[in-house]
Amino acid sequence: MIYFDNAATTSVSKTALEAMLPCLTENYGNPSSLHLMGQESNQALDEARLTVAKCLNARPDEIYFTSGGSEADNWAITQLAELGAKKGKKHLISTTFEHHAVLHTLKRLEKAGYEVTYLDVHEDGLVRPEELKAAIRPDTALVTIMYANNEIGTIQPITELGAICHEKGVLFHTDAVQAVGHLPIDVKAQNIDLLSLSGHKFHGPKGVGALYCRRGVRLTNFIEGGAQERNRRAGTENMPGICGMAAALQEAVDHMEENAQRVASYRDQLIEGLSKIPCSRLNGDAKQRLPGNVNMCFEGIEGESLLLRLDLAGICASSGSACTSGSLDPSHVLLAIGLPKEVAHGSLRLSLDEVNTQEEVDYTLQQVPQVVALLRDMSPVWEQMQKDGRA
Amino acid sequence: MSGGVDSSAAALLLREQGWKVVGVTLHLYDNETAGLEPGRTCCSLDDVEDARRTCWRLDCPHYTLNRKDLFLREVIAPFVTTYEEGRTPNPCIDCNRSVKFPALYQTMETLGGSVIATGHYAQVERSGDRYLLKKGKDAAKDQSYMLYTLTQTQLAHTVFPLGGLTKDEVRALAQERGLTSAAKPDSQDICFVPDGDYASFLQRHTGRTPEPGPFVDPEGQVLGTHRGQLCYTIGQRRGLGVSAPHRLYVCDKDPAANTVTLAEESHLYRRELDAVRLNLTALERLDQPLRLNAKIRYHHREQPAWVEQTGPDSVHVTFDQPQRAVAPGQSLVLYDGDYVVGGGVIV
Repeated sequence: MIYFDNAATTSVSKTALEAMLPCLTENYGNPSSLHLMGQESNQALDEARLTVAKCLNARPDEIYFTSGGSEADNWAITQLAELGAKKGKKHLISTTFEHHAVLHTLKRLEKAGYEVTYLDVHEDGLVRPEELKAAIRPDTALVTIMYANNEIGTIQPITELGAICHEKGVLFHTDAVQAVGHLPIDVKAQNIDLLSLSGHKFHGPKGVGALYCRRGVRLTNFIEGGAQERNRRAGTENMPGICGMAAALQEAVDHMEENAQRVASYRDQLIEGLSKIPCSRLNGDAKQRLPGNVNMCFEGIEGESLLLRLDLAGICASSGSACTSGSLDPSHVLLAIGLPKEVAHGSLRLSLDEVNTQEEVDYTLQQVPQVVALLRDMSPVWEQMQKDGRA
Repeated sequence: MSGGVDSSAAALLLREQGWKVVGVTLHLYDNETAGLEPGRTCCSLDDVEDARRTCWRLDCPHYTLNRKDLFLREVIAPFVTTYEEGRTPNPCIDCNRSVKFPALYQTMETLGGSVIATGHYAQVERSGDRYLLKKGKDAAKDQSYMLYTLTQTQLAHTVFPLGGLTKDEVRALAQERGLTSAAKPDSQDICFVPDGDYASFLQRHTGRTPEPGPFVDPEGQVLGTHRGQLCYTIGQRRGLGVSAPHRLYVCDKDPAANTVTLAEESHLYRRELDAVRLNLTALERLDQPLRLNAKIRYHHREQPAWVEQTGPDSVHVTFDQPQRAVAPGQSLVLYDGDYVVGGGVIV
C-alpha cells in the first residue's frame, strides 16, 4: 500500500511514539497533582510547551494545547470576534478557500451579526496583499488567512499579510495546520498574532494541537473547569498526545530542510510526469507550494473514479473534502480558484512526505497515466471532447 | 447498499458464494432535503454506517458515492413537476432508471467488476440472446415492477442474490449470520419523504403554497373547496371534507383549471390506457397484439389485457375488466407468467 494522503494525516514517528509511551505507562501522573508523580508529568508538559514554542519562535506562555487544529481555529476566531464586538468591531476578513474549521466558524459568526469579507484567492490560489490592505476597515476585528492550503498546497505571503495587519492595527490569525513542521515558521518575524497547528500532520498523534496566541492578545477562557492552560482551557492535559506532538515537531524542524528537499523532488517528478498526460492541469501555483502537495485535474474523467481505481491499485490518494459519509462534494477550494463545478468534482491530490520512497513515486507515475487512459476509454465526456477536437 | 437487511444479505450471500464484493452506497440527498433536522448527521443516511459496517464484517471495501446532483435532477425534480402537472409520480422507478442502475453500472466499469448486485426481490434469466427479468420467488415481496426499466445491457450485468428467497428466509439468514441490519424495519415511504407527507415536501421544496380551488362533479358543478390539486391522489376517498349522499372519490384532476373532480366510485374505472417511455425486456417489439397481464401500480394485482404497440415508445392496453384508479404518471408493467415483458409510464 502506498500512502500519498499525508495532508489528511500522517503516521506517528518512532520518536513521537517513544515520547508518548512513558506517559501511558510509568509516568501517568496528572500534571496538576501536588505529588512527585504529578510533578514529573508537569515537567514533561512544560518541556513539551517549551519545545513547541521554540519551534515557532514563540514564548512558552504563548502556547495553548488543544485537541487539534479545528479546536484552535474555533477558539481563536470565535473569541477574537467577541473581543472585537466589545469594541464595536464586527468585521472579519478571511479567504474563500479556508479549511471548514474556519469557514464554518465564520458562517456561524455571520449568522450572529458579524460581517465577513472573503478575499479572492485567484486562479493561482494566492491572496494578494494589496487586496487585504484595501479590505481592512476601521471596524475590522480580525484577519484569518491560512498559511498553506490543504488541498492545493499554495503558500500565502504570510509575512507581508501580517505586516499589513499590524500596520493597520488589526489582529492576524493563521491556520497553519498544513505548514507547521513542513515550512520554517517564525511567529515574531512573520507578524503572526495567533496560529493554529495540529500534531498529526507532522507525524505526531491525532487528537492534539495547539494555539499560539501572542502575549498581549487577550484570549478568553474556552473551556471552564480547571486551571490548565493558564485557566483558558480546562481539562486534564492529553499528556501522551502533547509529548508525542512536541517530539514530532522537534524532529520535523530538525530535518526540515533535507525533508523538504527530498519531498519536493518527489513532488516535482510527479507533477512533471503527470503533466505529460494530455488535457491535465496542475491546480494552484507551481512555485508557492508545499513541498509535498500535488493536485491535478484530468479532463474527461471523474476524480471519484480515479480514486477508486487507484485505491484498488494500492495507492491511497484523495480529492476534495469528503463528508463523514465518505462521499465527495465538489471542492470549495477548486471552486474558489475558479474551476467549474464539473471539474471541481474531479481532482487528484497526492500529498507526500519524507516517509515516501522513490519506488512509490515511480509506481504511481506508471499507474496514474494507465488508469486515466482506461477511464477515458469508457468516458462519454472524453469521447465528446475528442469529437469536438478538444482532446 | 442502502444499509437495510436486503442489500446486506445480498452482499453476504455473494461473499459466501466466493464473489469478490465491493460495497457501494449512493449518497442521494441531505437531511434538509428530506425535511429532517440538518444537524443529526452530515448525510441523510445513518444507514450508510450500517452498510459500511456490513462490508467491514464481510471484509469488502465500501465506497459512498455522491450522486446528489443526479438524484435532484432525475428524481426529485420530476417528482415535483409530475405532481404539479396533476399526475402521480413513481420516484423509485425514476431512481432505478436514471440514478441507481446507471451509477452502479458506471462504478462497476470503473472498478473493472463483472456484475452489479442489489438486494431486490427479482430474478434475471438468460434466454437465447436476451436477458429476462423475472419475478422474485416471494410473491409478496416481488419487486420486478420497480425494475422494468432495466435495459438489456444492464440486465446482462445484474444479479439479484435474493431473487430465489423469501423475505422471511432473508431475515432468518441475516439473523443467523449476525448482520446488524437483521431487525431493521422495511422501508415503506419514499426515501426522501420519510414522513410520507409529500404535500409538505413539495411546499418546502418549491416554496409555493398549494393553491386552493374547487372540487367539482363530472358535470362541472362545484362541490366544495380543495387545498390544492397536488394534495390529492386519484382514487382517494378520505380527507376530502365534502359531504354528499354517496361516497365520493377523486377521479380526475385538472391542474390548469385547478379543479379536482369528485365522483362516485363507478367513475374511477377505466378499461383502456396508453403508456409511453416503453422499455421492452422479453422481446424487441410487440409485432401483434398480445394477451398479457398488466399491473398499473406496485400494489395492484395484475390483470389480463390485450396489449398493442402503437409506436416505438408506446403501447395501448385494453383490460378484460375495467380497472380502478388508473393514475397517469404511474407505471404500467406487463407480465407473461412470471416474466416481465416490458413497461411504460401511464399517460
